[in-house]
Amino acid sequence: MAEDAGLPQSAAGIEPVLDAKGLSQGQIVRKRFLGHTGAIIGLVAFSIIFVMAFTSVGYWGIPGWWKYSHDEVTPLVNDGVPTASLWPLAWGEHPFGQDRIGRDLFAMTMRGAQQSITVMVVIGLIAGFIGVVVGALSGYFRGWTEAVLMRLTDVIIIIPGLLLAAVMAQMAGRRDSGGWFSSFASNNGVLALGIFLGLITWVGLARLMRGEFLSLREREFVDAARISGASNARIIFKHILPNAVGVLIVNITLTMSAAILTETALSYLGVGVKAPDTSLGLLISQNQEAFATRPWLFWYPGLFIVLICLSINFIGDGLRDAFDPRQKKFNAKKAKDAGHPLEPTPVTAFDGTKDH
Amino acid sequence: MVTYIVRRLITAALILLGASFLVYLLTAASGDPLEEFRASSAPNKQQLMDARTELLQLDTPAPIRYFHWLGGAAQCLIPFANSCDLGKNIAGQPITDALGHALIQTLTLVTGATVLAILIGITLGIITALRQYSTLDYGVTFMAFLFFSLPIFWVAVLLKEFGAIGFNNFLRNPEIPIAAALAIGAVFGVLAAVTVGGEMKRRLLLGGVVFMFAAAVLMYFSATEWFKNPGLGPLVIAIAGVGIAFAVTLLSAGLKNRKALQSALIAVGVGLVVYFVIQPLLDQATFLMIVLLAIAAVLVGMGIGYLMGGYDRGQSMRAAAITSFLVGFLILLDRFMQAWPAYFNNSRVRGRPIATIGASTPNIEGDFWTLSLDSFTHLILPTIALILISLAGYTRFTRASMLEIMNMDYIRTARAKGLSERTVVMRHAFRNALIPIATIVAFDIGALIGGAVITETVFSVRGMGFLFLDGIMHVDPNPVMGVFLCVAITAMGFNLIADLAYSALDPRVRVKA
Repeated sequence: MAEDAGLPQSAAGIEPVLDAKGLSQGQIVRKRFLGHTGAIIGLVAFSIIFVMAFTSVGYWGIPGWWKYSHDEVTPLVNDGVPTASLWPLAWGEHPFGQDRIGRDLFAMTMRGAQQSITVMVVIGLIAGFIGVVVGALSGYFRGWTEAVLMRLTDVIIIIPGLLLAAVMAQMAGRRDSGGWFSSFASNNGVLALGIFLGLITWVGLARLMRGEFLSLREREFVDAARISGASNARIIFKHILPNAVGVLIVNITLTMSAAILTETALSYLGVGVKAPDTSLGLLISQNQEAFATRPWLFWYPGLFIVLICLSINFIGDGLRDAFDPRQKKFNAKKAKDAGHPLEPTPVTAFDGTKDH
Repeated sequence: MVTYIVRRLITAALILLGASFLVYLLTAASGDPLEEFRASSAPNKQQLMDARTELLQLDTPAPIRYFHWLGGAAQCLIPFANSCDLGKNIAGQPITDALGHALIQTLTLVTGATVLAILIGITLGIITALRQYSTLDYGVTFMAFLFFSLPIFWVAVLLKEFGAIGFNNFLRNPEIPIAAALAIGAVFGVLAAVTVGGEMKRRLLLGGVVFMFAAAVLMYFSATEWFKNPGLGPLVIAIAGVGIAFAVTLLSAGLKNRKALQSALIAVGVGLVVYFVIQPLLDQATFLMIVLLAIAAVLVGMGIGYLMGGYDRGQSMRAAAITSFLVGFLILLDRFMQAWPAYFNNSRVRGRPIATIGASTPNIEGDFWTLSLDSFTHLILPTIALILISLAGYTRFTRASMLEIMNMDYIRTARAKGLSERTVVMRHAFRNALIPIATIVAFDIGALIGGAVITETVFSVRGMGFLFLDGIMHVDPNPVMGVFLCVAITAMGFNLIADLAYSALDPRVRVKA
């Protein structure tokens, strides 16, 4: 890893802990994260896709810089073959091509990427919030609170998500006879889908947070805080939560990357985002029959799903490495090479000062 | 222990009751079961609507219908009474029948894929952990993330296009141009050079050998039209058998254990003799016979190991048993290859063997080998798709678990004792790394039965996922409830097994009674 560069060779394949002297926890995490090549590449790729998706076709009525919209039918240019080319580098009229009736695939893909990112963020926020609240309450207070909340989690965890999505899709489909919910859902299909998925995906996070709280509440610093007269709320928010935030952030990231695939899969099965609006999964499902004649209709949406999901996964991996307190990792290669005479290695004393 | 299990079971039953009530209400609320008739212009529209109302008891409110259903479902708990009643679906078929068919379809689909994904995933995880921060590690990590990010329906369409249609076109005229053979050989060579550790010289040498070998084999295949008339023959089985014997002994007992190596080699020799003797018997094969032969192979191997004796009989027996099982598998593979031309030229298959949808060719007739090949060619694409997406999790998890174990004090102790690297890895590290993996595997098996909805949809397999989705689309609660019951019960059962297995494998963890 890049962060090891320049650090002295250590014994028996145990990598040295990052030189942490004089740095706050946040600074250590940031330094480690920025040293993770994969995460940085993921972050850059995701930022590019994010900016491109939200500025090109516009969002919530704000117009974008791209000349077509995702539902605009235009005359077919060259039978819809993509005009983008690498050599000579050109963008062309329809860079990703057009579908059979002449809609611009670039606009549709960008719209789909917007939907995926929206769903992802909504699910991350909602699932994270509910997961933390439920996990914290049941892990900290235990007793009846824990029993009730965890049984509720157990019930929700075994109800198939597909069924809930189908119910929601049905409700959103009933435009004529709906209350406030169906009118909201039919106007903001993807937002409603995200909220709904968020309401069922918090269970994994809740279990995880409960585990964290269970182990952290037994620690000495919590006892110390309690003896000093801190209230429950203060202990939870000021003492335990900051210590659990690493696990939380990492797992929210992983939930989000899974959420993108869930949204595309539901749209593919016809219970997620519905036409005339579009999403990456819906695009693939509409165009899989045309693979032999118009393969680009299939390639570009799939490529964007993979790119978004891959970059989120890499960011999550970087975050995990950055937050992992057991950063001393075994390295088989170094263990094998450790035969040469040992150099004076820095020994970290108990108070954290270095003793050469 | 018993108190713990009983308490878990009671809780599970209560959770199941609550969740099933919710699922029933949700399904009933998810739409209008009469919708397809409302828009129709058939003269007997009212009659059809009445009939369906009657069938689904739409006049009674959904909560009451749930308790009616529960009454029928509760009869499943009476042992041997055979009075299980899960209701009927919208077409009037009893759910218990439909579930039986669907379960078989789903299990044939997911079993092979799961077993292979677990085996490959754990192997890759261990290798990448042992070669941490090598090219191989980075490559596999990247692939794992990539596979993790692939939507399965997208992979499935690609597989259908290139794996089925492309490969079938290739089989029509199986010639590999020399350039292609060289390119494929080069890919194998690079893979081998990356996989094997050690110095650059050794890597290059091995990569070169693999490249030459792969390219030569491909050219040979192309010249002899091997893909149309495949086969191994006794010579290949003998060479591969000796290789297997060495590899199995290396992993299970170490090459220094001469008795084990000799037992494994004798097992290969016996296998070769059996190859000639058994051919007439294999012509009348049935599934049961293959299973019995596999058991016999293992027993013969153990017998050889026992007769060889030595200071550690167990190791010889294990090495010989695994070797003879694998050689038996090679003989089976060879027999399948012999049946390939007959299957290929079957009037139903017409030279396009790899299928894109379904679980078997309609109306196909033939002996055991043809039918097995038929289900194999139908299973191969969904299996590859499932392996690809579930491989990543196992690889990453095994790697993390193995790295943590390799950091432990007892591994250093084992090294300090002067044990060989093989013993350290296989005995001390691998077994302990398997403990967390065992729980993950149990979880996954529990989730498997309902987890392949999209795969089943893409490949038109009428399994559990299809039944479930069909029930939702027709607003028909009974099939949905049937699938839900199966999935939930297996998931919760395997969760319990996972917890118990953890405490059984790791004495430091005790279940609280």
